[in-house]
Amino acid sequence: MNAILRKRFFEQILVMFGREPKKPEAFSEEAKQIHFVKRTTNKEKLQAAAAHAEAHMNTSHKWRNRRWITLILINLFFVVSYHYDVQILEGALTASRFIGFHLIDLNSALQVMLAHRNIITNLLIGTGTILVLWTLFGGRTFCSWVCPYHLLAEWAEKIHLWLVREKLVVDQPVDRRLRTVFWIVFALLAFATGYTVYEAISPTGIVSRALIYGPGVALLWVLALLAFEVFFVRRAWCRYACPIGLTYGVVGIFSPVRIKYTLEGCFHEGNCRKVCLVPHVLDTVIKGRAVHTEVPIGPDCTRCGLCVDVCPTGSLTYDVKGLSKLL
Amino acid sequence: MSEADKPDDLPPPKPAGKVKPPPLSRSKRQALRRKFLRTVLLTGGVLGAGLSGFLPLVYARKSRLRPPGALDEKHFLSSCIKCGQCVQVCPVEAIRLADLVDGIGVGAPYIDARDQACDFSCDAVQCVLACPTGALAYEKPASFETRPGAQLAAKPILIAKEDDPEPTLNFRERMGVARLTRPEMCLAIKGKGFKGPARGHTFRGKMRYMRINRWKPIPIAEYRYEVEECDLCVRECPIKGAISIETVYAPDGTQRKSPVVHEPCVGCGVCEMICPTEPGSIEIMPREVWRT
Repeated sequence: MNAILRKRFFEQILVMFGREPKKPEAFSEEAKQIHFVKRTTNKEKLQAAAAHAEAHMNTSHKWRNRRWITLILINLFFVVSYHYDVQILEGALTASRFIGFHLIDLNSALQVMLAHRNIITNLLIGTGTILVLWTLFGGRTFCSWVCPYHLLAEWAEKIHLWLVREKLVVDQPVDRRLRTVFWIVFALLAFATGYTVYEAISPTGIVSRALIYGPGVALLWVLALLAFEVFFVRRAWCRYACPIGLTYGVVGIFSPVRIKYTLEGCFHEGNCRKVCLVPHVLDTVIKGRAVHTEVPIGPDCTRCGLCVDVCPTGSLTYDVKGLSKLL
Repeated sequence: MSEADKPDDLPPPKPAGKVKPPPLSRSKRQALRRKFLRTVLLTGGVLGAGLSGFLPLVYARKSRLRPPGALDEKHFLSSCIKCGQCVQVCPVEAIRLADLVDGIGVGAPYIDARDQACDFSCDAVQCVLACPTGALAYEKPASFETRPGAQLAAKPILIAKEDDPEPTLNFRERMGVARLTRPEMCLAIKGKGFKGPARGHTFRGKMRYMRINRWKPIPIAEYRYEVEECDLCVRECPIKGAISIETVYAPDGTQRKSPVVHEPCVGCGVCEMICPTEPGSIEIMPREVWRT
């Protein structure tokens, strides 16, 4: 059993770098049993079916609301700190100081280290602090709970999905391996040219600075990206381009905070995959795919909780590895 | 909402290695080709956007005044993480962040001395202290070359804290050098005096006037000057011995007064900001070194 989950763990890392998820070959005995029962039962006749239909009626936005409030508060904190000279959280998302403690965004730090090749202590301290922080909180949690571009893109996505429903546009997916290519290209560019090239176009940095220090022409690039996402490719930047996401994804490999999937009660309707920013991490919810009764979701997951909100059966939940054993 | 996921609704895995894949239908092949083209398109778009950052760098080599303690431009641009912590600590808000049109420098700090110069009213170059990456540094790494003449002969003495136990500012390289670029306009050379606020009533720049309040910079528009012979640049220069009014001889042999810049000049830009002529008679040459 452990070997099966371990295999999936490593496969999920490859999936993060761009591989398409595959139908697993080996399943645990418990999972096989459940899959068998599900194949042979007409779920419409289940007692649970009525309760399930009712659960669909009560859509929740609990985690989305918590996340939006957190994201807005964090970014507002930067703004307020500067404009009212509170001096608690100084700087921008690329680098800041929280009550004197250096915090430095991992991807920005990496770009600077590669371009400058002279690493001072403060840079190391700030990078280390952030590394520990996001290892504890889930890696790409940064994306959905902190990154201001993520929120703008989420709203743009709503427009995109409305246009899709109205049959005015069609989502045109792109190869996910592109993000890994970008990550390598921007790292090489930084190293070769000595300029932090990615920082010039990073919508995270641009939006963060625009909020704190006032808007600039650079916002046009962000608007162009959003327009591209509305009319052509759903969530293009976060899904297929952003190297920050991949950097924090790697951190997420080691993080105990993740979404956990429980096979038993799942009706396999796939609503979670429809709301998900990174649906490839939810391949396990497809009927017959779960390798075990409980499967942790892979590192590319942003822990945004949209799937937790939308799931009518409670099959997807937040989970801290080892915590349930402790309690 | 109740539409069920089919057991396997993912596209078939891509052909791997030399194993011959089952032939794909015409529409599937087309879809894959389109996806590939879109991927190439997005790659080109993002890389194009990234590289466009270099363009302004190539054709507009306009040098900007960087905050005190900035490394040489190349090193500065590679190490600046564009967080703006230097902006936040500056008491006179002299530091601004560059925009998209400035190329790779987007988000990097600069000073427009004519609008708001660095007058060291923080007493201790706080921006250097705030910088998390060492793009602004008290002492630059030994492995980095120093341009001849960029190094100050001695640590600059801040007139404002001349009586303190430690009167110097803790940095060793100048930001630039002041130069009298429009001597024909200079009031001192013309032998004229000056009355009123240095830059008019609407000027928004701030400065610390020691004779008013050491700890609180005030708007320059609120300070009225009344001088027989203009010496504002000398009067307000925060650095000891950086500029003085001297008697000089014109080419035709006539005597006249003129501001003269000396070696301790760090290039902070206060003289440029305070100069009452429009345009200013004295300017900072960013990154300029001292030549004897």
